[in-house]
Amino acid sequence: MVKDTKMKQKKTETAYCLGIESTADDFSVGIVSFEGKILANVIDAYLPEEGGIHPREASRHHAEVADRVLEETFAKSGIKPSDLSIAAFSQGPGLGPCLRTGATVARALASYLGIPLVGVNHCIAHIEIGKLKTDAKDPVTLYVSGGNTIVAAFDSGRYRVFGETLDIALGNCLDVFAREAGLKQKKDMPFGAVLEKLALKSETLVPLPYTVKGMDTSLSGLLTAAVALLRKDTCALEDLCYSLQETAFSMVTEVTERALAHTEKKEVLLTGGVAANKRLQSMVKVITEEHSARFCVVPSEFAVDNGAMVAWTGVLAFTHGMVTPVEKSFVKLRWRLEEVEVPWVT
Amino acid sequence: MGNVKLPQLIKKGAEASLYLADWHGRRVIIKKRLPKIYRPTVLDEQIRVYRTIHEPQLMHEAKKAGVPTPIIFQVDVVNTTIVMEFVEGKQVKVLLNEVESAERQCVSFTVGESIGKLHAHGLVHGDLTTSNMIMASDGKVFFVDFGLGEKNKELEARGVDMHLMNRALQSTHFRFAEECFDAVVNGYSRVVGDRVAKSVLDKIGEIKRRGRYVAERKSSE
Repeated sequence: MVKDTKMKQKKTETAYCLGIESTADDFSVGIVSFEGKILANVIDAYLPEEGGIHPREASRHHAEVADRVLEETFAKSGIKPSDLSIAAFSQGPGLGPCLRTGATVARALASYLGIPLVGVNHCIAHIEIGKLKTDAKDPVTLYVSGGNTIVAAFDSGRYRVFGETLDIALGNCLDVFAREAGLKQKKDMPFGAVLEKLALKSETLVPLPYTVKGMDTSLSGLLTAAVALLRKDTCALEDLCYSLQETAFSMVTEVTERALAHTEKKEVLLTGGVAANKRLQSMVKVITEEHSARFCVVPSEFAVDNGAMVAWTGVLAFTHGMVTPVEKSFVKLRWRLEEVEVPWVT
Repeated sequence: MGNVKLPQLIKKGAEASLYLADWHGRRVIIKKRLPKIYRPTVLDEQIRVYRTIHEPQLMHEAKKAGVPTPIIFQVDVVNTTIVMEFVEGKQVKVLLNEVESAERQCVSFTVGESIGKLHAHGLVHGDLTTSNMIMASDGKVFFVDFGLGEKNKELEARGVDMHLMNRALQSTHFRFAEECFDAVVNGYSRVVGDRVAKSVLDKIGEIKRRGRYVAERKSSE
């Protein structure tokens, strides 16, 4: 085994990391070279028949698709399992059963191949893949997804949270509204995209609560008000979709601008699932222009939860001496972004 | 500063630009809320007009509560512009990084007292960061930027206000955030009393636990 690894390294001359992402509804595996080249990134999303993500059902989905997704990832990457140098996985934050499924696969792979295991913070992975794909160096990051709405920026060894939602996440707000409206999502058309398409048909702004508190936002009141109007049936659905998007996006854009003015950084990075929304992109772009900053948005494939971002963050951590012994690889359901040291950023 | 050509843009903030200007022989700050073209015009106007009207009202109320705020000279709702006194001094944000621990705590204590006075008077500031506080040359700590404030006596609003103060310290002054926040809480308790202070602190815990990924949640599960 040892001999085999040595020979392999000689032949390929480069090292690879496999990353497993399973914090919520997506199970994904990505393979990235230590130089940051993404060889493969396969995502399999769990689509509930109705309602939101049931952690048990989602983790069952992950367990069922894991071997197929792994196989597909290796096939696409063109490398063999024995070519891997490390295995990384999303250690948190997220849904317990889902995280555990991914962690189990990662542990099995690492111990079978005899390679180091690296536990990665999911939120940091979203930032790092954004930086890798957009070449951003030191951005104010707006990270918006189904589980998180965070404005963060690097300072002295860590990403600091400057603003955050006080209650629900932006993606969560949009998803729940879409479900309440009876909309359906498909494999390549998540709720956010369905909503975005409908919103394009309207330009009628229905007044909804706009809540900005310092650099924090509150979205639950907005959702409640939008759903109440939906039930009243006095507004067209398109108008509500438009108004919900405009109001919610204006709020997160305002807090991002506050963080940008406060930190005086020169880049803004938009990342996370909701970053795929074109309207949100255009709003954030405007504030960057106003403050002579560069606008960076992660490509759609890497906006959603994906294995490549975990693999890349694994590379960064590993090359700065961070490994996760198996006995310390338990999942961390509430692992906050600012708890993690990021020695690779200076 | 005597030779500076006025008006001079001194800060381009997120929602307003601040100009230092000469106004009828006085040195003033002109705060202009410029249109934000990223959001729909109707919404943008509503927000700017609302904040332009409310900010001076709240600053006036804050004075009544005993918290120093700049004197308002003129409010122009149509142009969403406020003319106010220029307070010469140092931002608390800068000050905290320059002084020794004892003085840091002293300043934080004063800040806490002022927050207590606002809350006791039924006001919340809405954007308590150390960049919105100025230590004047006479030692008074001026509070500015009341654009997100409101008249609100609810425990929830006070809790959010203090939570924001804590977050601002954690993100901007992480090296001594705990020390400063403890002093803020002490100053706050001095004004509102231990019982109210305790309920506000409990509320902060509750507000934090509402977030999805927070360690504090563990204890309540």
